[in-house]
Amino acid sequence: MSRVPFYLLVGVLLLTGIAVTIYRHVAFEVPWAPGEQRQVWEVEAQVNFIADGGPAKVSLALPSNQQGFRVLTENTASSGFGLSFLDDEEGRRAQWATRDAKGSQQLYYSVQLLVAPEAAPPDIEPPSPAPDISWERPYDTAAEGAISRAYRQSADAFTFARELVRAFSGDRQDENARLLLTQFDRPSLLVRLLNQADIAAREINGLMLEDGRRRQTLTTWIQVFNEEGDWVIINPTNGEQGRPDNLLLWGAGDQAVLEVQGGSDSQVTFSMLQHNEPASVAVRNQLADDTLLNFSIHSLPLEEQSLFKTILLIPIGALVVVLLRVLVGIKTSGTFMPVLIALAFIQTSLFTGLVGFLLVVAVGLVIRSYLSYLNLLLVARVSAVIITVIAIISLFSVVAYRMGLNAGLTITFFPMIILSWTIERMSILWEEEGSKEVLIQGGGSLLTAILAYLAMNNPWIRHITFNFLGVQLILMAFILLLGNYTGYRLLELRRFKPITED
Amino acid sequence: MWATPGKLRAKGIIGMNRRNIRYIGRYNDRSLYPLVDDKLKTKLLAKRHGITTPDLIGTITNQFSVKHVAEMVSGQPGFVVKPAKGSGGKGILVVEHQDAEGYIKPSGHRLHREDLERHVSNILSGLYSLGGSPDVALVESLIAFDDSLSEYTYEGVPDIRVIVFKGYPVMAMMRLSTAASDGKANLHQGAVGVGLDIATGTAVRGVQFDRPRVDHPDTGHDLVSLKVPDWEVLLKLAASCYEMTGLGYLGTDMVLDRRHGPMLLELNARPGLAIQMANGEGLRSRLDLIERQSENGDVDARVAFARHHFARRGELQEAMAS
Repeated sequence: MSRVPFYLLVGVLLLTGIAVTIYRHVAFEVPWAPGEQRQVWEVEAQVNFIADGGPAKVSLALPSNQQGFRVLTENTASSGFGLSFLDDEEGRRAQWATRDAKGSQQLYYSVQLLVAPEAAPPDIEPPSPAPDISWERPYDTAAEGAISRAYRQSADAFTFARELVRAFSGDRQDENARLLLTQFDRPSLLVRLLNQADIAAREINGLMLEDGRRRQTLTTWIQVFNEEGDWVIINPTNGEQGRPDNLLLWGAGDQAVLEVQGGSDSQVTFSMLQHNEPASVAVRNQLADDTLLNFSIHSLPLEEQSLFKTILLIPIGALVVVLLRVLVGIKTSGTFMPVLIALAFIQTSLFTGLVGFLLVVAVGLVIRSYLSYLNLLLVARVSAVIITVIAIISLFSVVAYRMGLNAGLTITFFPMIILSWTIERMSILWEEEGSKEVLIQGGGSLLTAILAYLAMNNPWIRHITFNFLGVQLILMAFILLLGNYTGYRLLELRRFKPITED
Repeated sequence: MWATPGKLRAKGIIGMNRRNIRYIGRYNDRSLYPLVDDKLKTKLLAKRHGITTPDLIGTITNQFSVKHVAEMVSGQPGFVVKPAKGSGGKGILVVEHQDAEGYIKPSGHRLHREDLERHVSNILSGLYSLGGSPDVALVESLIAFDDSLSEYTYEGVPDIRVIVFKGYPVMAMMRLSTAASDGKANLHQGAVGVGLDIATGTAVRGVQFDRPRVDHPDTGHDLVSLKVPDWEVLLKLAASCYEMTGLGYLGTDMVLDRRHGPMLLELNARPGLAIQMANGEGLRSRLDLIERQSENGDVDARVAFARHHFARRGELQEAMAS
């Protein structure tokens, strides 16, 4: 009987599990530890305009995932306006519309952004080349002068753009620059000059993020493309190349950030706030962007997510049981009963859970010993025990509540059917093998339950199992391997000790 | 307190995990388990294969027939009532003799007709069977165990466990009930386990509660003089259970009857590992030797092979000699 297929299966499970786990960590920045803090920016855009008194339509460019930032959640507040989100090649926009608006209007849009230094910049198509650019006299010669000077002092599109911007900033302005600046707005002038030199470029809007600032406006930046399609951002005032870490690009392309129909005096201002959130919260808030590779529980509704949080822990409990039975050799009453008890402990907290469990089982055993005198059929007897257990639990809850012990109420989290079977099995064990065996198996079950609880309640393990589904495959591989273990159990080293003494 | 795994491996000790995966999992087909888990099936099968078992007085299969149990046993000197699917000796009622007033157990305790009927009724309702499934009660005639063994036991019948691997008897022990084990032959309850030499059927080592023992705790009789009569017949009986059941790793429990000689009591598809303690030796080297045998041969050849290869001089004799 060849074991090759078995080890192949284990290897595939292990590799797939590790690969999926690492992929989720790298591609989605899910951190390994739950305590890690992530920086989150809360940015609010406020749109103000005076409505003309008829139908009004407002369209606002929105930020999207970009280098350095990832969009977590978005909210809007706009009473009386219908809202829709548009997403096309030009970027995402929010569109508010109403039939009848009059007077001063305020619309709010707020977005939570995760600071993600590793996030890759999205691919952006360079803008289509501008049509022939014509200048009026005398600006044409000034423009040509500026271009040819920058051309001489540069090697490629990016250095050319930098030189050009520098020629228009600070003390280095020459006569050509000063002349052109009297007539044109600086960013649009620079883009125009770049386009004339056959370099794809455009104006983009960005928001400088500074903690606690209010009533900020967008600033204009120049995006320059080279022939390969790469792009850089250049500061139009000083020619510095590269994106500052706190620059959030708002909108994309040349479209206006804010368009208002049926209103006047429109403007958009921004306020922002920075705070730190536990990484797990930040991960949860990430907009579900599910592909097969990013198979994630986070795409489920919140209620199901919390259910899965528990379900995904059960394999951990099972692993503890397998370890204790296969490697240690601990006897338990009912193979996976300790896992269910451990799940109840998670709800009740360990101490209350232990006290409650011991109370219910002890009282149950006393009542069960009376039932055995009645000489009943098994199913009827176990059913009677179930009712007894429910009665005990109700009684304890009421008594605990009257005494002001609210912790006593959590006793209802115990799985009652499982408890009844535990009582039944322990009782039979007591009759057949004596109290010693009951203590061994009962103690073994409790020890297993406590260890399973400690494992399942560990914040790090909870974080890992919930956020990395690949871990389940790794667990599966380990359990398969343990099922193949033919070595000694720890307790057998003691059991067989006398043989080695001769 | 603790042995190292290396020491156990050097002794050839087999642990639970290895037993389950390498031997039970590999050599015992699960579909064959019912043959040994149901004592009635085992008994009928043994009869077909000419293997002696205690005489079957009768079976009781439904509550309606419970009333006939007294009728069934009348005229029998002694008898045993047992559940067909019981395990670990649960639910076995031994009646040594009966008189007009009732039934007398080996302990001298007296039972009335109603007690007997209630016991049978409990068996039928599954009180002693695995998972509480409905069961059948067997009534067998009492074993008159060999007088040569009576000094080695307290109240119960001493039985002999032989592990049969692929048809070869590989290791054997006798289980002697004691006062501590309450007349039961379970080692973990305090019965004395005596390892037996496969070649001769003489005692090699005695243990109680996993500690070496040279005499019976209640009768005080030396274990060294213990020698199982009809040893070869017993081994052949055990070995032929392989053909009978098809189970490769099998525990056979046998008793010695004064008149009928060795008899098969029951079979176990998951025999325990305590036999290694009683023999002071691991099963590993013997099982490995059997696994290396390509041909199986008939019962006589297998028993001869085992007696030749697994012969051993016991430490009890060595202790006597020195």
